[in-house]
Amino acid sequence: MSDVLERPESAIRVAAPLDDGHLKVVGTRPIRPDGAEKVTGKALYGADLAMPGMLVGKIKRSPHAHARIVSIDTRKARALAGVKAIVTAADFPDLASEEYEAGESASNLRDLSLNVMARHKALYDGHAVAAVAATSSDIADEALALIVVEYEALPHVIDVEAAMADGAPVLHAHLFTEGLAARPDKPSNIAKRNELTRGDLAAGFAGAEVIIEGRYTTAAVHQGYIEPHACVANFGADGQCQVWSSSQGQFMIRTYCAKVLDLEASDIRVTPAEIGGGFGGKTTVYLEPVALALSRQCGAPVKMVMTRDEVFRATGPTSGAVIEVKLGAMADGTIVAADVVLKYQAGAFPGSPVGAGSMTALACYDVPNFSIVGYDVVTNTPKVAAYRAPGAPISAFGVESAVDDLALKLGMDPIALREKNAVRDGTKASYGPTFRNIGYVETLQAIREHPHYSAPLGPNQGRGLAVGFWFNVGGESTAAVNIGEDGSAVVISGNPDIGGSRASMAMMAAEVLGLPVEKVRPIVADTASIGFSMLTGGSRTTFATGMAVTQAAQKIVEDLKRRAALLMDVSVDQVDYVNGVAVCLDASKGKADLTIAELAAKAAQTGGPIGAQVSLNAQGAGPGFGVHLCDVEVDPETGHVTVLRYTAAQDVGKAIHPAYVEGQIQGGVAQGVGWALNEEYVFDRTGHMENAGFLDYRVPVASDLPMIDAIMVEVANPRHPFGAKGVGEVPIVPPLAAVANAVRGAIGKRMTDLPLSPPKIRAAVDAG
Amino acid sequence: MSKRQHISAVVNGDPVEFLSAPGTTLLDALRDELGLTGSKEGCGSGDCGACSVILDGRLVCSCLVLAVEAEGRRVETIEGLADGGTLHPLQQKFLEHAALQCGFCTPGILVAAKALLDANPDPTESEARYWLAGNLCRCTGYDKIIRAVMDAAAELRQVRV
Repeated sequence: MSDVLERPESAIRVAAPLDDGHLKVVGTRPIRPDGAEKVTGKALYGADLAMPGMLVGKIKRSPHAHARIVSIDTRKARALAGVKAIVTAADFPDLASEEYEAGESASNLRDLSLNVMARHKALYDGHAVAAVAATSSDIADEALALIVVEYEALPHVIDVEAAMADGAPVLHAHLFTEGLAARPDKPSNIAKRNELTRGDLAAGFAGAEVIIEGRYTTAAVHQGYIEPHACVANFGADGQCQVWSSSQGQFMIRTYCAKVLDLEASDIRVTPAEIGGGFGGKTTVYLEPVALALSRQCGAPVKMVMTRDEVFRATGPTSGAVIEVKLGAMADGTIVAADVVLKYQAGAFPGSPVGAGSMTALACYDVPNFSIVGYDVVTNTPKVAAYRAPGAPISAFGVESAVDDLALKLGMDPIALREKNAVRDGTKASYGPTFRNIGYVETLQAIREHPHYSAPLGPNQGRGLAVGFWFNVGGESTAAVNIGEDGSAVVISGNPDIGGSRASMAMMAAEVLGLPVEKVRPIVADTASIGFSMLTGGSRTTFATGMAVTQAAQKIVEDLKRRAALLMDVSVDQVDYVNGVAVCLDASKGKADLTIAELAAKAAQTGGPIGAQVSLNAQGAGPGFGVHLCDVEVDPETGHVTVLRYTAAQDVGKAIHPAYVEGQIQGGVAQGVGWALNEEYVFDRTGHMENAGFLDYRVPVASDLPMIDAIMVEVANPRHPFGAKGVGEVPIVPPLAAVANAVRGAIGKRMTDLPLSPPKIRAAVDAG
Repeated sequence: MSKRQHISAVVNGDPVEFLSAPGTTLLDALRDELGLTGSKEGCGSGDCGACSVILDGRLVCSCLVLAVEAEGRRVETIEGLADGGTLHPLQQKFLEHAALQCGFCTPGILVAAKALLDANPDPTESEARYWLAGNLCRCTGYDKIIRAVMDAAAELRQVRV
C-alpha cells in the first residue's frame, strides 16, 4: 500500500506557514464533494448538454497531409434541406501574427486561428477546412459530403529529421529559423533553435574518464483523454455569446474565442462542463470558435462533438522526437560534461515543448559543463498540444537512458550515481534559478529504503530506475468564499476540476475556517461569475488557486474575529478564532464563545453578509522530483514486455488530499508506461494516420499494469500556506526511461527507440 | 432516410418507449431519446467501454448495439445502479478509494464491475483486471479502481452471508 513517509523533525528545513503539525482536514482523505454525481452518471460533461432548437455541427477535414486549398464550393451543401450554416476560413478574421499568453504556454494567434480552420493550405491529414450546422447528425454528414474542396496536393514531411533536412517540403514560406546568429536567407521547417550552456564543454569532456553516448527516439503520442472534445455555443442576436464546453480553462476558451472571432471577452460567457480528462490536451480551442461562427450565421445553438478519429487526427498529440546525449564522467561517477541535442516535432505550427524539454533535461543533475540545444520543427502532423510535463518525458528518456548506461559502465548503483550528482538546496539549476526546499535527495532515499529496491528478480526480468523533474507553476487565480446564514461555506473558483481539485479547495477552506469539510461546498464557476483564473494546467490549481482560497478564508477569519469582538463588546485583539469558534481571550470577562454559525446568524448586526474574494498571482511554486523503480519481464519468444512491479516516489510538498496525490502519481505512471511500450502515431506513405482509434492506438488497460506503489515524500514548500506544490506532471517524466532501463536489465541490450513494441524487442533479442 | 421505428424496452426496471432510426445506436438512443447521459461515448467503436450497459444480463458496449435491438429487452445503465438514494456498494467504494479522477470512464467501469460481481462474486485481482480490460481509464492507472472493486466484492459477499 502507499504511504506517507514520516520525516524526522530535524530534517524539516522550513515549515509551511499554516502547518502547525496539528492539521485537522488537510492531509486526510475525505470523499470528494463531486463524487456522488460522478458515480451515479449525473455529472454533465461536454457532450451531455442539450438545448431547445440545438443544431448539430460537424467539421470537414483535409484528407491530405499537405495541400494547397484551391477552392471550396459549398453551394450544393447549402441547398440541402436542414442545413442551417456553413463556415470556412472566409468566415473568420485573417489575424496577424501575434504571441498571446492564455493557454499552457504562449500561442501565436494567427497559427491558432489557422489550426481552427485552414486558410489557403491544409497542413495535416485531419486539418479542418469547413464546417456545417444542420438539424440532424445525418444531414450534417450529408452536407459535409456535398462540400467540394479542390486541393493541390503538395509533398509532405512527418519525420522530424526529414523535416529539418535541406530540400524538405517547406510548410510555411514565412518561417525563418529563430535563434541563429544570423537570419537565414531561406525559410525552413526549423522554427527555432534554443540553447542552454554552462562552463566549458570541450574541457569537460577532455577531462572525463568515461564517455557515454546515445541516440534515442520517441514517437508522437496522444494525451488520450477518454472524453472527446465537445461544446455547445449560442451566438445571441444581441451579440451576447454563451459557450458550454469541456476544457481545462473556461477563461482560456473565452480569450481564444474572442481573439479568433474578434469579439469582446465580456460578450462571451463560458460555462465549464465537467471535463473527462485533458492532461494538457484541452488547453486550447478546436471546436468552440467554429461552433460560435456557425451559431452566428444561423442564430441557433450549435453542438459539436468530436469523434475519436477526429481527436487523434486533429488534436494533441505531443512531439515525436530525436534525443542525442553524450555524458562525460569521472571514474567515481561525477558527471563533468553533458551534451544534449533535442529535435521535437511541433506539428503543423511552431510551438513544440522543446524549450521545456531543454530546461528539464539536466534539471536533476549538478553538471559543471553542459550544452543543451533544442530544435522546434514543424511537420505535417496535428499541431502538438501540451501533454503532462510537456517536453520533459522526452528529454528525460534520453538522459536517463544514458545515465543508466553510465552506471552500468562504472559498475555503480544507479541511486548512488544519481545521488553523487544530485541537485540540492542551493544548487544553481541547469535552467537558471537556485533550488530551495527541494526534496530530491529524500526521494532517492525513499526508493533506496523501499523493499522493492532489493527484491530478487527472476529469469528474463529486469529492474530499471529513472528520475524526473518538473517546474510546477503558480500564476493568476481568483477565489471567493461566502458564509451562509447557518455558518456553512461556499468556495467559488474558476478552475475546472480535472482530478479532485474541488476536494482540495474545500479542504483548505475547511481547515482555515475550522469547519468540517462537509460544510464547505466547492463550486467551479463560469467566466461571468468569478474573476479571472489561468487554466487548470502546469500543476498549478492546488498550489495557486488553493492559495487564493486559503487567503480568502483567512480574510473571513479576520472578519469573524472583528464581528465577534463587536458582539462580545471587547477589542479585536482579545478575540481568537479556533476550530470554528470565536473565543474571548480574557476569561475574566465571562463572554460566551460564538460559533461560526452564531456569528453568521447575527451577520446583519455586524456589517452584513460574510464573504471574501482574493485575486492573486501566485509565486513560489516549488519544483517537483520523481524517482521511479520498475520491474519488467520480457517474453523472449514474443518480445512482449510485462510490467511486474512499479514503485514511484515523489517530492510532493504537502499532500492536501493524499489519495488524489497518489492518484496523480499512479495515473502519470500508467501514461508513461503506455508511452514506453505501446503508444505511437503510425502514418502511411501519404501522411494519413493509420491508427486513429483506441483499437490500434493502444493505451494501457487494467490487465497491462500491476498495482502502482506511490510514495509521497513531504518536504514542505514554504511558499504555500500548507506546504503544497504541484504533483500532477512530475510522475509522467521518469517512466519512459524506467521501463527502458528495466528492459535493458532483462535482455542485456539498450533499446533506444520508443515504443518498445514486441517486434523491436524480438529483433533485438534475435540479433543476439 | 429510413423512417424511425417504435421501440419498447425496459430500462433500469421501468418500461420505456421511444422512436429510433434503424442505424441509431443504443447509446445514442439512451442519451438523446431517453436523456440518460450517464453512459458516455469515448470512441464509438467498442474499444473504450465508457458506454457499457447490461443488456438482458450481458455486458455490452451500447455503441455497438443498435437501438432497435433493444426491443422487448432489459437494459441496465449507470442511472439504475444505485437503489434510489442509496449508492450501490461499488459506487460507495469508488468514492472511498478515490477510484475516479475525471470521472468520465466511471459509469462504464461501474456497470462493467457490477456485471463482473454478478457473474463472479469472488474474483481474483487478475480476474478483475482482465474483466475490466475493455474499459479504458486514462487518469488513475487502475490501481484504486481495482482496490475499490475488490473491496466492494468483499462487502457484497458479507452481505450475502
